[in-house]
Amino acid sequence: MATIIYIDNEGTERSIEAKNGETVMETAIKNSIPGIDADCGGACACATCHVYVDAAFQDKVGKPEDMEQSMLDFAENVQDNSRLSCQITISDELDGLTVTTPESQH
Amino acid sequence: MDLSDAEKIVIIGGGQAAAQACASLRLFGFEGAITLVADEPALPYQRPPLSKAYMKGDMSEERLYFRPAAWYQDNNIETMLSTRAVSVDRAAQTVFLQDDRALPYDALILSTGSRPRALPLPGADLKNVFALRDLADVEQIRPNMVAGKRLVIVGAGYIGLEAAAVARQLGLDVTVLEMEARVLARVTSPVMSTFFEREHRAQGVNIRTNTRLASLTGNGKVTAAVLSDGTEIAADIVLVGIGILPNEDLASAAGIACANGILADRDARTSDPLVFAAGDCARRPLVHYGRQGRLESVHNAIEQGKLAAAAIMGKPRPNEDCPWFWSDQYDLKLQIAGLSESYDESVVRGDPDTRKFAVFYLRGGKLIAVDAINSAPEFLASKKLIIAGTSLAPEQLKDTSLSMKEIAAAAA
Repeated sequence: MATIIYIDNEGTERSIEAKNGETVMETAIKNSIPGIDADCGGACACATCHVYVDAAFQDKVGKPEDMEQSMLDFAENVQDNSRLSCQITISDELDGLTVTTPESQH
Repeated sequence: MDLSDAEKIVIIGGGQAAAQACASLRLFGFEGAITLVADEPALPYQRPPLSKAYMKGDMSEERLYFRPAAWYQDNNIETMLSTRAVSVDRAAQTVFLQDDRALPYDALILSTGSRPRALPLPGADLKNVFALRDLADVEQIRPNMVAGKRLVIVGAGYIGLEAAAVARQLGLDVTVLEMEARVLARVTSPVMSTFFEREHRAQGVNIRTNTRLASLTGNGKVTAAVLSDGTEIAADIVLVGIGILPNEDLASAAGIACANGILADRDARTSDPLVFAAGDCARRPLVHYGRQGRLESVHNAIEQGKLAAAAIMGKPRPNEDCPWFWSDQYDLKLQIAGLSESYDESVVRGDPDTRKFAVFYLRGGKLIAVDAINSAPEFLASKKLIIAGTSLAPEQLKDTSLSMKEIAAAAA
């Protein structure tokens, strides 16, 4: 188990107890977190689950792989700490992870 | 026509469009009763993995579901599973169920989906002959997906080829039968067909194009596929993937206009202003192509679910995106943007031998679609260029020294 904190683009925080092995995207969808669309369901095919990873967790979360990076290159308002949340798998190590959702996924 | 004073919304069908409509109705502020009527026993789940990661055993069942049961409770959505709607009385605004129960509605969403086209040949009802549409199909198929078994796939469309890839990775002996001269003939260009044919052959799949199946034989259980020239191909399992048909009977029996799909307008509204149609079952305006069509895709299910919810709640119409699709086979990710069928020119960017390339489809010089293999930038850039109706020079598209960002910027 790990607590994941989602902050929407208006600054509202939602704290969720997430299961290890699920992704940050899946946890968001199952808990009706706004701001993550995840149209393709986690197949790394649509770039609609973009999040900004809190600086303190960037090393633990790691860098995107090639496919994800090239998807991110075409997302809106990409930053250095951008990731697709379907590609971040939750583990104990990510307890306390804070991610912020962008204004729009499309 | 704004239905935002509606108190009762009934949704028939439990696929992706239905799940999206539920979520969007609540997101748009609908506070009344939502009843979801689904003939499958399962809550709405993702279908794409059924022929990919889930079939292979790389994904748990739990992860297929869009939302857990608690989400429906928390959102006050009544789910009536394993329940069939048998008729709609539009004058009385009531849906009747198989057990004669009546569900009154103020607005009705038909997301009845589609069904696999049945194989119209002798032996189609033998044991171990499967379609691939529902979780229940995969539960039957998976115990047979064992190394050394002989699998015959009828139809070289996306479902058939995805299943072939999974089966080869699990060590089955796989034959694919296709009537047309090439695989994926209905959905893509010869360049892509050649590429996929070569990939599957390299993986050990026996692909037989220009091949007509005559019958399936066996004693209770299928043992062979018999071709029109008399050739017999031994089979332990047969998978039939020859297309799907829209489930429109409920709508047409209720007098709602249908024509190979329930006719829906840009708001997903049918010929009855209180009734909406979303997903595989609907024939809708394809606004970027100036025609109507039926799309069998995740994008379409999501979009029409949202369109119906927005129309009911009197919200602005959500964006109508460029149609998009994907397919995973082996380590290949195919991403498709747009509809290529009316192209008059195709342009290959990159070298298919590198297994990273894209085929662009133009009509009158304007980009209308792309098939991108392991090439996300080509896919994502094209979605926007297609919607904008951008004209692109073939020599520029071919030039891999230019990035897609540069090509898009130059065209803007």
